[in-house]
Formats: sequence, C-alpha cells, structure tokens
Amino acid sequence: MARVVVDVMPKPEILDPQGKAVTGALQRLGFDGLTVRQGKRFEIEVDGDVTEDRLEEIRKAADTLLANTVIESFTVREETVADQAANR
Amino acid sequence: MTARIGVITFPGSLDDHDALRAIRQCGAEAVPLWHGSDSLDDVSAVILPGGFSYGDYLRCGAIARFAPIMSEVITRAGAGLPVLGICNGFQVLCEAHLLPGALIRNDVQIFTCRDQKLIVENDRTAWTNQFSAGQEITIVLKNGEGRYVADADTLDRLEGEGQVVFRYASSDLNPNGSYRDIAGVSNERGNVVGLMPHPEHNVDPLTSPTLDGVGFFASVLAQLQAV
Repeated sequence: MARVVVDVMPKPEILDPQGKAVTGALQRLGFDGLTVRQGKRFEIEVDGDVTEDRLEEIRKAADTLLANTVIESFTVREETVADQAANR
Repeated sequence: MTARIGVITFPGSLDDHDALRAIRQCGAEAVPLWHGSDSLDDVSAVILPGGFSYGDYLRCGAIARFAPIMSEVITRAGAGLPVLGICNGFQVLCEAHLLPGALIRNDVQIFTCRDQKLIVENDRTAWTNQFSAGQEITIVLKNGEGRYVADADTLDRLEGEGQVVFRYASSDLNPNGSYRDIAGVSNERGNVVGLMPHPEHNVDPLTSPTLDGVGFFASVLAQLQAV
C-alpha cells in the first residue's frame, strides 16, 4: 500500500508552548543544547498509485483540514519503500 | 414578537444549556439547534457555545467547523446574522474563517478558570452595543487553549479597524498569553463576535459575582429591534 506523509508544524512566528515545555523537560533530564518545536505527522494510506494528481488532492486536504494555515505550515511527501523499511 | 436566538449543540458541547437558559432569562426565545441539521430554523441570531466539540481532536473547533449546520451559519453570517462564539464557539468561528486569527494552548500550560476582568474596546458590535467603550466588566473564563494569536499585520489591522472587541484588563492579568491581551474580536461588519470568557455564566446572582453577561444578550436584542 502506498503511503503519503503530511507533516504539520507551527509557523516560526507562532510561539509553541508545547515545544517549549518539552525543551525544558529535556534540559532538566540533562539533554543539553536541544530546542524542540512540536508538530503533527499524518500517515495516509492511499488506494492505488501516488500520482501528482493524488498528491495535489492531499495538499488540498491538508490545506482544508489537517493544518490551520493561519498558525501552521505543512509538507506533503510520498513515503518511499526505503523510508518504510527504515521506520520498521 | 419575541426574538428567537439559537444555540448550536455539537458533539462535545458543554455550555449549550447554560446559553439557552441565559437567552430565556434575558427575555428571548431560546431555540436548540443540532449540528447535523442543515437549517438554522429561522432564528434571528445564533450562539456557538463552549465545550470540547469532537474532543478537541486535531485542533479545537477544526472538525466542528465542517458540521452540516456550519454552511448555513457561514452564509447567513455573510448576510449580517448576529453570531456569537463563546470559548470553543470562538475557536470554531476562527477555524471557519468567520473571524481572523487562531487560538492555541495557554502559555501557562494549564487549564485556567477564574473571574476575569475585561475591557470593552468596541461598543458598536451586535453583541456589545449596550456596553460603553472602555467599560470594565468581569466575566468568568475557563480554558486550556485560549491564547489568541495572529500575525503582526493582522493584529495591526484588527486594532486599526476596531475589531478588537475585548481585552484582558491591565489591572488584572493576561490569563493565557494572548497577543496584545486580546480576549475577543469581531468581523469587519461587527455582526460576528467571538471571545474566550463565558457571558452565559454571568447572568444569575445565584452563581456569578457579576451580571455583566446580561449586556451581551441585551445588546443583540437591541440590535434585532433596531433592524
């Protein structure tokens, strides 16, 4: 099954309270020099092949629902077989 | 004729019954509306209540924004229907792009519940015309994701056009880190207003320290009588 990944991140000018809290917790645990911004990752199983039209449709879905572009930006990419193997 | 004011119940709405009760208490007919309906049932104003529609999944208000009844809300808001979004209702209106900006997690990271002092900045909207500009009112606030954000250009425009309707009073605190202390905004026309505090909880001396919420309902009734 083909898979498309949509990553949604808070825009740089929007403060990210969750990322800030995680950053603080990491520092307290001794992981120094790490600054976190927290986003969301959507893994979408696609029936059939991932064509450019299909990717465009998913970009539209991301723009409509998955991300609020007032405060977030998103990227859409097909997950390759190599990606899937690496994540296993 | 008594004005008919609707309150939309979404799955997870919490304060719909308080809003209905407040409408009745302020002298109008309260009309319960269901999110899955595609009709606003001829109401002359509508309230989107507080709560946790769809469990706040994805983003607060993001899924409720696509409820069947929202198409009619968007169409009639464009034609001047008075619409008030309270807390989660404010989040739904922002997600629906009926209001500018967005609401994210409080800077303090915790759910905040308190009697909050506000300053009425704009007394010309459908929901604030019985207040006076600069008036301090106290309305209960209870939210975890109430931090109002927008880009600097949008904030400048809102301030320039008088679309900042309420601010957290400087004599009190900014409870959630909202940019420029903004507690509520309106659309350009002033018929759509959203705010994080809950005026429907401040209409009865039994349960609230002030009756400042009454002014919201008196305002929309005055607006409807003037039309």
